Amino acid sequence: MSLPPVANPKHDVKVPDVDPEEKWRPYREPLAPGEHPHRPPEGYKILGTRVPLVDGPLKVSGQGVYADDLFLPHMLHAKLLHATHPHARIRAIDVSAAKRLPGVVDVLTGLELGTGHRFGVLPLTKDEEPLAAEKVRYIGDLVAIVAAEDEWTAKEAVRLIRVDYEDLPAVLKPMDGLKPSADKIHPDIGIDETNVQKYVDQEFGDVEAALRKAEYTIRRKWKFQGVTHGFTEPHAVVAHYTAKDRLVLWSATQVPHYVHRALAEVTGLPPHRIQVIRPQVGGGFGGKSDPFPHEMAAALLAMRTRRPVKLLFDRDESFYSGRGRHPTENEFAIALDRDGTLRAMDIEAVIDGGAFASFGIISTYYNGVLSMGPYKVPAFRYKGRRVYTNHIPSGAMRGHGAVNSRCTLEVLLDEAAEELGLDPFAVRLRNLMPAYSHTINDFRITSNGLRECLETVRAASKWDERWRRLPLGQGLGLGCGFYISGSNLPIHWDIPGMPQSTVHVKIDWDGGVTVHTGAAEIGQGSDTVAAMIVAEVLGIPLDRVRVYSNDSDLAPVDLGSYSSRVTFMMGNAARKAAEEVRRELQRAAADVTGAQPELFVCQDDAVVNQADPGMRVSFLDAVRKAMDHKGALVARGSFNSTKMGGTFKGATAGLAPAYSLNAYVAQVEVDLETAQWRCTKVWAAHDCGKALNRLAVEGQIEGSIHMGLGQVYSESLEYRGANLRNPNLLDYKIPTSLEMPDVEVFIVESNDAEGPFGAKEAGEGPLLPILPAVVNAIHDAVGVRMHELPVTPDRLYEVKERQGGWKKPTLPKASVTVKAGGRHR
Amino acid sequence: MSRARILRLDVNGVERSVAVEPQAILLDVLRNDLRLTGTKRGCDMGTCGCCTVNIDGEARLSCLTLAAQAEGKRVTTIESLGTPTNLHPIQKAYSDVGGSQCGFCTPGFIMATNALLVKNPDPSMAQIKEALSGNLCRCTGYIKIIQAVQVAARELAPPQRPAVAVAPRRPRP
Repeated sequence: MSLPPVANPKHDVKVPDVDPEEKWRPYREPLAPGEHPHRPPEGYKILGTRVPLVDGPLKVSGQGVYADDLFLPHMLHAKLLHATHPHARIRAIDVSAAKRLPGVVDVLTGLELGTGHRFGVLPLTKDEEPLAAEKVRYIGDLVAIVAAEDEWTAKEAVRLIRVDYEDLPAVLKPMDGLKPSADKIHPDIGIDETNVQKYVDQEFGDVEAALRKAEYTIRRKWKFQGVTHGFTEPHAVVAHYTAKDRLVLWSATQVPHYVHRALAEVTGLPPHRIQVIRPQVGGGFGGKSDPFPHEMAAALLAMRTRRPVKLLFDRDESFYSGRGRHPTENEFAIALDRDGTLRAMDIEAVIDGGAFASFGIISTYYNGVLSMGPYKVPAFRYKGRRVYTNHIPSGAMRGHGAVNSRCTLEVLLDEAAEELGLDPFAVRLRNLMPAYSHTINDFRITSNGLRECLETVRAASKWDERWRRLPLGQGLGLGCGFYISGSNLPIHWDIPGMPQSTVHVKIDWDGGVTVHTGAAEIGQGSDTVAAMIVAEVLGIPLDRVRVYSNDSDLAPVDLGSYSSRVTFMMGNAARKAAEEVRRELQRAAADVTGAQPELFVCQDDAVVNQADPGMRVSFLDAVRKAMDHKGALVARGSFNSTKMGGTFKGATAGLAPAYSLNAYVAQVEVDLETAQWRCTKVWAAHDCGKALNRLAVEGQIEGSIHMGLGQVYSESLEYRGANLRNPNLLDYKIPTSLEMPDVEVFIVESNDAEGPFGAKEAGEGPLLPILPAVVNAIHDAVGVRMHELPVTPDRLYEVKERQGGWKKPTLPKASVTVKAGGRHR
Repeated sequence: MSRARILRLDVNGVERSVAVEPQAILLDVLRNDLRLTGTKRGCDMGTCGCCTVNIDGEARLSCLTLAAQAEGKRVTTIESLGTPTNLHPIQKAYSDVGGSQCGFCTPGFIMATNALLVKNPDPSMAQIKEALSGNLCRCTGYIKIIQAVQVAARELAPPQRPAVAVAPRRPRP
């Protein structure tokens, strides 16, 4: 797409003199299988097994309490007025009729609230307001909030509000946002006079020279529609300004801590007068990881009315609040040797940010830099632009920033392999990053089980016998993935040294172990893994442990359930807290028996002398001894990431304490009459370091496949002009049980040196490979290359018609000759 | 002026009287008037299945049912099956095999499963998928949900406890 440079570049990055071989040289040996510094001396009892979620019985019996299940005394119900114009100044708002409606208690408008209440998830781009103060920026933007005695009255009152808008030119195509504008969507943010919110121009090595000299290059453009999280629980919040002059906010959120910070900023209350409580959350997937305007608006209304206020979204409001995967146009070029060795990668991407910044700075980087792995890239260039438009705000969604670029890259590798006469597995294997090495932009790779993933799915899918050999209409495709296991740099750095996660463990006379953590349980099983880790370290049964993770008054800070950070960071913090308790129990056992503390291990609900197993103190006796004259045992553990990475601008984006890797093979069937297709089987191998809870890891992989398939099958945010056409679950089609293929999951355990007990993430990475695997399988089935998602039957049919029919691709011939420097369009 | 009238509803085997407006939706009556919050509100338009209850043994969407339409019928919600410490075999299967992650869609899935197993104690894979196709789950990819249905069907096979067709009648509290 040949993006022009920005007019006033402030932070281009050019590092021409990288030495790839130096970076790729392993800096340490992998751990031997089964060995790990965190492993209890007597081996694992709980970790590595299949443990049902500790809150499962509550959920399956309908007794789990979600935000909408809260009913407080004297509670008001709130509803929001959303903008009906995509970009317009608010001249006036008439709320008189709404206020006159019996049962209406308060109406708050952005015009009345005024400017000066800005917030946003990233400290550098605070561009959101509780309610639009001067102008609206998309259809769905918040204009006013009404509180009434019941929900119906609040809805009716919203309808009675009249807004006088003065339209401004709307930006509805991201490419238009690259141009200078007199009416910028956010006049004080962004690059030059354009609507570009964030630009990235990076180059490592000499990409032009590598492309010029290459034996083979290939370049492709892709287009991806926006998709949304589609959690089943719409956003919901209850706000209450209590008699103690404290604001309490119950919210369906993945990141209570960021909500806490934003509330302090917006309300002006000191943080200690705010309490954020996370009830059960009905799914997040990134869509509940921003602090939201509606949370702020409900809080302000509760403070004004001095009554509890409940605000529950209708389903369409959850679409309009957005933060889904960016609509994306990108172009990838890669250069390879004839044997498949990767020589250079050149990426351009323009992503549609919609009306707000959200996590956009990070999204912009991720769309390029997360293609640095899992292959050895000796020269790399990335130009990324995130553009403000008058669309629904985009943000973080499962696989944040990496999904679309991964799809482009993996399909491109498939195309390159085909043209070079190579097997797709061979191309991947040739370029694998070694474990414990660095990328050329200084991502520190730790454990790497990709080779095993590839070998596993190749054998399981009978690839060598079936790929290119199935009848026309059936095909196999391969895709790989690479994803961060938590972001190494926290997004706030105002309090130096503040850990990314802290866990408290408390044990009192009853022998029950209370774990306090702020890590948000959103269904992924973080409470369960916290309990499992503490029980493992202390050698006690799981039912001694109870986890409290939902209340900012009780929980030490954790930065929340996003960026696949919880198992790695909270897991390490929980481990350290439990290890501190274990040391106290060892000392107590030593006091009781007179033997040396270091002889004791915690196992089977007791503290046992390893040298003399007959010498044992029960867990409860050890606890009570340790409490003697001191009271309840309390310990804390925390996680701070290691300092690492380059020093150039943006070096920390994509930097993670570990990376997950995976390889999938998908099988599809295409109906040759109608171009209807379905994915029938997926072989999924994922390297999560060590599966602490195998049941939960499988669940994450299967769920990721479902969500990724949705983006290939049917999911797409469709606009007519500035209007979202399908803000409901009928027209926005999420796959049902009928569309879900068989999935065979293979868990690969590369035993990460720094992950808790060897673990890495499994929550987001498993989404990445399914998209390209399916697109590649469609090509194997019918010989049609798709470069746009979703692959609806009409699009597939259209491309087939253009190329003159279905055609089974042929097996690679080793003798294919390729012109040096040949360019393919 | 209120047009409310008194409805008598048989909910989980108990007769409950509620004063409702004619347009009152069964889902709202269950959740807001009777505080049976196990039945979830996900879309208000019959697209997600979170609000599935059983009416006279059939899986029904309570968000598309007027409360008045349920009069004279037997309404069964998730609360009638079992409690966290005394789970019904269907609930236990969902919890044990990982058929519930965030849990928001779970009551609806379980009530759809209950209606299926009452009618068809030994469903095929295709029948299970069909019976659950009106319920959306965004967490599990349905795989462990389908396993849960299979496990529950085995557990419920005679001579064990039958699925709850209609909750047993209990005296009014």
